Amino acid sequence: MSNVSSPLFQATGLECWRGDRRLFSGIDFSIHSGEALQVVGPNGSGKTTLLRAVCGLTRAEQGKLFWRGARLEGNPDAYRSELLYIGHENGLKFELTALENLRALRDIAARQRNLPLEAALDRAGLAGFEDRPVRTLSSGQRRRVALSRLLIAEAALWLLDEPFTALDDAGARLVNVLVEEHLNAGGGIMFTSHIPLSLTQRSLRRITLDS
Amino acid sequence: MRAFVAVARRDLLLAVRRRSEVANPLLFTLIVISLFPLGISPAPETLRLIAPGIIWVVALLSVLLTLESMFRADFEDGSLEQLLVSPHPLVLLVVAKVTAHWLVTGLPLLLVSPLLGALTHLNAATTTVLAASLALGTPVLSFVGAIGVALTVGLRRGGALLSLLVLPLYIPVLIFGANAVSAAMDGLPYHGQLLLLGAFLLLSLTLAPLAAAAALRISMN
Repeated sequence: MSNVSSPLFQATGLECWRGDRRLFSGIDFSIHSGEALQVVGPNGSGKTTLLRAVCGLTRAEQGKLFWRGARLEGNPDAYRSELLYIGHENGLKFELTALENLRALRDIAARQRNLPLEAALDRAGLAGFEDRPVRTLSSGQRRRVALSRLLIAEAALWLLDEPFTALDDAGARLVNVLVEEHLNAGGGIMFTSHIPLSLTQRSLRRITLDS
Repeated sequence: MRAFVAVARRDLLLAVRRRSEVANPLLFTLIVISLFPLGISPAPETLRLIAPGIIWVVALLSVLLTLESMFRADFEDGSLEQLLVSPHPLVLLVVAKVTAHWLVTGLPLLLVSPLLGALTHLNAATTTVLAASLALGTPVLSFVGAIGVALTVGLRRGGALLSLLVLPLYIPVLIFGANAVSAAMDGLPYHGQLLLLGAFLLLSLTLAPLAAAAALRISMN
């Protein structure tokens, strides 16, 4: 990442509404290279909405978003080409196999690493399940298929909505390892979770949303 | 291009895995069309009179049945989010989805058009014009339908609203599609109707993906 001092992503004065209810307002934050930002707050406080606003799915009522110092609205495709978003829903087709799902998601997404998909699924603990329809996998395994995108995508900013949902201890440890690798490589992360990441070397910053 | 192929291939693969979902609209078309001889009259003269209209109306309805499948499942399982955050132009990905939809719904209809013609006593020349009108008209149904689905995909019960939105827009296709067939049957020139259908196709191919992409972003908001 070229410029360490200026943040990868910055938001000022964000305000989002759900129907006639104001979820949050006046949210300011920035994500620097090598930094993880956790969004915490009670259920219904707007964590997912904030994450969706950051990835551009939800339009914020107020506030400005910046990517590498430039207004995001000006060039959303440059931003999206460096973005990896894993939402609350996994984005998997139940009738397709893990491998077919991952291939489609890879080809839709931005730049990718030169890692074979089988190797990614293997590392995600899905060896032997590549050719099974996702319908037959457990919810934890489905989450692992979605999260194996972390291994093949080459994105500067990861936006993860509740990455630990349905994962067992080994799965959660894997996510921690991948996150640490990503931060060491100079990437940034924003995620929502009730469970803190166990980062060994880096500090974890937090935004708290009130209900 | 890679993303276009990926989206189209995923939808076609899904269609292969859910064969019954592909077969049902087609069977619907065949059964409904074969109901008319039973309900009205099996006399060839009567059937020939109403055949162009009923074939096109039933084709319209069978496409309408399948429209929701274009974006509804993607909306629910999170695939649509991934299309929207993709750096590839959403318009292109929408064209890929509509293309896959047509290959699964419009193309089978086109392939059984000789059968539809036989069920309603159309002669060979008229059946050819029927096939031509379906070839030009059914992609329009998919493209225009995509706008409607994109607008209603965020609503819990969008189905009824979808038909209210989309059916009026299908009227020009119905008029010129059915009219091309009846003109051919009466030995009148039908090229004008087919050319107009071609014009609708070009218009919907260029404009509908833009509208559908914009509608998807609004629905996702």
